[in-house]
Amino acid sequence: MSEPPWTRTPTGDTGGRSSSAQAFPEDPISDNPASPAPSVPPESTKPKKVRAGDRIFQNLTTGAGIAIVALIGLIGLFLVIQAIPALQSDKVNFLFNHGWSTNDPDNMAFGIADLAEVTVATSVVALIIAMPISLGIALFLTQYAPAKLARPFAYIVDLLAAVPSIIFGLWGILVFAPAIEPFSQWVNDTFSWFPLFAPGNVQPNVRGTIFTAGIVLAVMILPIITSLSREVFERTPTAHIEGALALGATRWEVIRTTVLPFGKAGYVGASMLGLGRALGETIALAVILLIPQGRNFDWSVFDGGATFASKIAANYSEFNNPTSAGAYIAAGLVLFVLTFLVNFAARAIIAKKGD
Amino acid sequence: MKIMRPLGAVGVVVSAALVLAACGSDPAASNSDSGSNSAAPAATGTAQVDCGGKSPLSGEGSTAQNNAVEIFKLQYGKKCDGQQVNYTASGSGAGVKQFNGNQVDFGGSDSPVTDADLAAATKRCASPAWNIPLVVGPVAVGYHLSGVDKLTLTPTVIAKIFNGGIKNWNDPAIKAVKGNESLNLPDKPIQVVSRSDESGTTDNFQKYLGAAAKDVWTQGAGKKFAGGVGNGAQGSNGVASTVKGADGSITYVEGAFAKDGVTPALIDSGSGGVALSAENVAKSLDSAKFLNEGSNDLALDLNGIYASNTPGAYPLLLTTYEIVCSKYSNPDVAKAVKAFLTVSATDGQQPLSDKGYVPIPQSLQDKVLTAVKAIS
Repeated sequence: MSEPPWTRTPTGDTGGRSSSAQAFPEDPISDNPASPAPSVPPESTKPKKVRAGDRIFQNLTTGAGIAIVALIGLIGLFLVIQAIPALQSDKVNFLFNHGWSTNDPDNMAFGIADLAEVTVATSVVALIIAMPISLGIALFLTQYAPAKLARPFAYIVDLLAAVPSIIFGLWGILVFAPAIEPFSQWVNDTFSWFPLFAPGNVQPNVRGTIFTAGIVLAVMILPIITSLSREVFERTPTAHIEGALALGATRWEVIRTTVLPFGKAGYVGASMLGLGRALGETIALAVILLIPQGRNFDWSVFDGGATFASKIAANYSEFNNPTSAGAYIAAGLVLFVLTFLVNFAARAIIAKKGD
Repeated sequence: MKIMRPLGAVGVVVSAALVLAACGSDPAASNSDSGSNSAAPAATGTAQVDCGGKSPLSGEGSTAQNNAVEIFKLQYGKKCDGQQVNYTASGSGAGVKQFNGNQVDFGGSDSPVTDADLAAATKRCASPAWNIPLVVGPVAVGYHLSGVDKLTLTPTVIAKIFNGGIKNWNDPAIKAVKGNESLNLPDKPIQVVSRSDESGTTDNFQKYLGAAAKDVWTQGAGKKFAGGVGNGAQGSNGVASTVKGADGSITYVEGAFAKDGVTPALIDSGSGGVALSAENVAKSLDSAKFLNEGSNDLALDLNGIYASNTPGAYPLLLTTYEIVCSKYSNPDVAKAVKAFLTVSATDGQQPLSDKGYVPIPQSLQDKVLTAVKAIS
């Protein structure tokens, strides 16, 4: 724990605090007793005197920190406890089976393979569309747009994040899907030789597909990727940019040689946070995606299906039987772990760049 | 035989008068001129209500009747000044559970409480628990097929369509249904659309197929669609908009959603095609039997309705029930429950047709009011 000298408070602190200061190294308020404050001898003669405000505030922040960790832990615990009875009575492999039959609590056969595939497919489609667009917007806002334009423009992009997802869902299926149908049909017909664009399992419908859902989802994750990338690109050291300009670089060369290398990790991290959002998106997908009866996901973007979250949302209102409900909770647990891993990776990438 | 007397279906006249003034010439209504009309409490839709008791009353259960309960609450508040009801639409299972756990004063369920649940309810009440049917909604077999605006289907054909036995609109089995002979049915695959969420509509539809076409529909009932063909969409609105957007598609959906491009098919149960209309649904209910004939537990024998071939009766419907105690330990609660149910069964019924439900016919209303009166 290397603490810059300016974080030491002039009042000094007491030895009794050392353990908590060690336990929470990020806390800038607590001082390190190992580095005594020589300038204030009168204070050190009457130790153990901590101001009440300091102590209360520290306890409050510590409490908040512990509470969120405890909350996440309890959510995980709740999911596990609720899921175990259902998993025990599952007649098929939970991870690799494609079917989902939980109507009869004594004879349940459910697996998450289809849910996992559809979840990943929608999110990946969304990411493939959203990543380049976000990159363009972020670069435009930080490098090209005049400052007067950049700020309101950034607000508008952020506004997208404030639109409730049910609105996106209804817009997606009622307005956007019919509008894009001719294009979807054309892609489907023209490139059907390519497995990704093969005729889907909701044929002949091309509206309630992963293709449509992915595009809508891309719009939904644009704001988070854009605003985080913008923050990163803005922090490109001016000296680098000016150095590149001094060497005769054009705008594009400046971006390529300084902004992008500097911001790459942050951009990837931002995209993964967007991915985390896409994985957990619920109601928009429940509204858009058609769910084929008796046919599984087959790696075409014109397939339909249910994601983890949309499956749970569509069926939660009739969770009468705890064992059947446990099956959905087990699916939720998988999503929880998946999202956690993605976010963890995102943070790790961003943090690595931060050094 | 008691139920045969009021078969005059004054309720039919009531609803018909509200919806369509010209229905007097309808064969369904023509046999209702048997005389009892003038004495009908439903004719004006009002009844003597003994207001008072617990307020707010609490209820929980079926989401299918949520809109209807909103109307009932409104009418109850008008009739009994200041009296309120809190209804939580959390699903039928939850409603029954809360009622049996003594958490709410009445439960709402889209299927009657029977067997183990009924035993638990009786235990909670320390008296028999009753199912009171108050909300009736028809289910349409809605289709979208350009060039075909009047399609008649038999239960067998419906079952075959919804379990994959019939895949194309030009299947001879569809053409062979009486009334379809002159139709020009295209060579087009049938797109079946079902509910992807768990739903009482799906449950009733599958029960209907199981009763009316039991040789063909072997998939059973349940809140999840079991036909194994087509695509599922979210909610009634979702299936309706999917059908609307896809030529050649067919679905089952609450009657109120079968409009604007989703045409309800006529159902021929053996006595000719019957259109979905308030009076045809009421006709089905008129001939309905009860599971416990002669008692005040008014659980309807829906299977009987589903399998019947009464001419002019539209069989595909669902009812929701209020689950009540025949004797409440707290007289205050009993008083409020009686007042609320009385208003719901009278003043509350007519406004229902705006929401796609069907007002209960006279015959059923009489029985409901008798049962409600017997609550103490």
